[in-house]
Amino acid sequence: MNSSALPTASRPGFLARRRRAYYFFAVPALVVVGAVIIFPWLFTVWMSAFDWRIGSVAHFVGLENYVKLATNKRFLESIVHTFYFTLLAVIFPLILGTAAALIFHREFPLRGVLRGIFTMPMMATPVAIALVWTMMFHPQQGVLNYLLSLVGLPPSLWVYSQSLVIPSLVLVEVWHWTPLVMLIVLGGLAALPTEPYESAKLDGATEWQLFRYITLPLLAPFLIVAAVIRTIDALKAFDTIYVISQGGPGTASETINLYLYLQAFAFYNVGNASAVVVVFFVIILALALVLLHVREKTKWV
Amino acid sequence: MTRPTHDNHPDALRRRLLGASAGAVALGALPGASLVRAQGLAAFDWKKFKGEKIEVFLVKSPRGDLLSKYHKEFEDMTGISVGSEMVPEQQQRQKAVIEFNSGNPSFDVIALSYHVQKRQFAKNNWLTDLRPMMNDRSLADLNLDFADFAQGGLNYAVEPDGRVMSLPLNLDPWVVYYNKELFDAKRIAFPKTFAEMIDAAAKLNDPPKGVSGFVARGLKNANVPVWTSFLLGYGGGFIDKSGKLLTDTPEAIESAKMYQTLLAKYGPQGVSGFNWNESQSLFLQGKAAMWLDGIGFAQPLEDPTKSRIVGKVGYGVMPAGPKQRVSALFADGEGISTYSKKKGPSWFYLQWASNKANQTRMLQAAAGAPVRTSAYAAAQASSDFKSPKEWVECMLASAKIAQPGLPVIASVTEFRDTFGIALTNMINGADPATELKKATVDFQPVLDKSEKT
Repeated sequence: MNSSALPTASRPGFLARRRRAYYFFAVPALVVVGAVIIFPWLFTVWMSAFDWRIGSVAHFVGLENYVKLATNKRFLESIVHTFYFTLLAVIFPLILGTAAALIFHREFPLRGVLRGIFTMPMMATPVAIALVWTMMFHPQQGVLNYLLSLVGLPPSLWVYSQSLVIPSLVLVEVWHWTPLVMLIVLGGLAALPTEPYESAKLDGATEWQLFRYITLPLLAPFLIVAAVIRTIDALKAFDTIYVISQGGPGTASETINLYLYLQAFAFYNVGNASAVVVVFFVIILALALVLLHVREKTKWV
Repeated sequence: MTRPTHDNHPDALRRRLLGASAGAVALGALPGASLVRAQGLAAFDWKKFKGEKIEVFLVKSPRGDLLSKYHKEFEDMTGISVGSEMVPEQQQRQKAVIEFNSGNPSFDVIALSYHVQKRQFAKNNWLTDLRPMMNDRSLADLNLDFADFAQGGLNYAVEPDGRVMSLPLNLDPWVVYYNKELFDAKRIAFPKTFAEMIDAAAKLNDPPKGVSGFVARGLKNANVPVWTSFLLGYGGGFIDKSGKLLTDTPEAIESAKMYQTLLAKYGPQGVSGFNWNESQSLFLQGKAAMWLDGIGFAQPLEDPTKSRIVGKVGYGVMPAGPKQRVSALFADGEGISTYSKKKGPSWFYLQWASNKANQTRMLQAAAGAPVRTSAYAAAQASSDFKSPKEWVECMLASAKIAQPGLPVIASVTEFRDTFGIALTNMINGADPATELKKATVDFQPVLDKSEKT
């Protein structure tokens, strides 16, 4: 704070000028953020106050779009579908990915090769995966029902049943993204200190106790990161669902994203779609705050 | 033997076409020569717009590919250069809306699917009325020959007030594919009426053997034409003159019951999630006796590497309903943007794209079912034409009894969505009357709004 020690102090106004120069350098970043984030966002909020279909005249309706959404059964169901899908698509990869990481963390022959093979699903294109799974799900011609028949189980309807469609879509998601969780947790395991294990073993701790009281707490920050990434991915899942079920049968697997896509790009109902985006944004924001809170807490697990 | 024919054919046709048009010009010049000169009008000349450049916006499909492949021919013939853009169907529809709304679209010529885009384009006046150019002897090739266009296609291209906003290129009437082996085994003839159709499905349905009596789309949105195929046969319609939906009338409910019976009772398990591809794979494996869908599937069905029923496929015209015999029709064509500054050259492109040579090629490449009747005879005359004769007969018979398979409204996608969900619910046991009434109540305000402004 003792600015008199600085040689520049002899020239009053230099700091102020330099500060002005700093502002100038921030302009490109501000322009980009303004153009690609802030402006579209404000414009979306603005559009959500209009009854506007592309091709028709827009009418200002204030909050009417939001009021309608609050009683729109289909939209409310799509929120439930989104949460149901997200919950399953976060929990299962998390459990299976952690288990896979614990296995691959041990030394055994061909570990590197097997690990590489295990991460392969992650590298495939979602739409291609979706098309292949659609064929596998076919209730009469699909390979999944053939496999079930080999072990004497009755055929399932998979994505062709209203009650099974979301779990079946989650199956694809689990297959696709478990390797990502594994990679994150493997990284965590590699960074763990060895001393606590040694002293615990000296004290006679069992394998389960080692895992429950040492590995798991130390891994918690990594698991939270994996959970956050998975949650974001699952919330924005669109491609696989769109290709496999198109939100069907009926609307049984219609998530907010699919509903939004229909409103905006199939019905050109821009006003309503903008309102959906705003509501979805608020939901994500709330969820992010909860996750951040959980993350803060896990530091003391 | 087939190679020389294959290589020569397009050229031969082109020469014939060029010769014919040159002849037409000569003929036109003879009797009315003084008249033409007196009015300062030139006779028709393909080179009239030499040196101009147009942009065409097509759908990525076998038809778009085929036209693009022969753009060079058009460029050589007219001296007009063609820039073309092709994008997949869904994206093409979105991009068209956005570009037209900007008031300055990047294209002069645009391909359109009538059942989705016709009303939308017409309502917004996005296309150019072609009549002035059609009636201008200096602009219209005498070979255009409108009498050659199937009526179903022309119905789609012409507005209620008589304006011609596009030229139709491809027809897609819905037909019943049937497995002759399964039919013969039970000594059942192909049904002539709806009642016989349900009866046949009941008799051929054999779940222990994994054979379904009937298969068609159950997936929402995609499934609506299956129902409207029945609706039209029952004498039902979509909308009355005052703009009121007719989708909860007794005819609509009866046809929905038929849909429910055929799919839920005699269809495969899980059919409520089936689109055309799932239906196709079931039928290809010989596991469905009848399949109702668009006419464009002959190629995979007759392909030994994909199909187990090669040579056993029957191509049946939609059976007659209690009121009439109708094949639900879909079609696509091309129009000229109202914002285009190159309307003359664009009109030349349209005439070329819909000429007999291109229409015949479409059929030969199995890229679609041309709207020109003469293309069928021309294609069959060629030795490398693979589609079965029965398919051609089915196509021609269906085109004669074809009616639009969806209402011509701007909000057609939302119509399909709303009624598609109702139909899916019916497959899963809901009552057709209740579902249709609910869908009608839901959709009426959407329709009112989209057709009003």
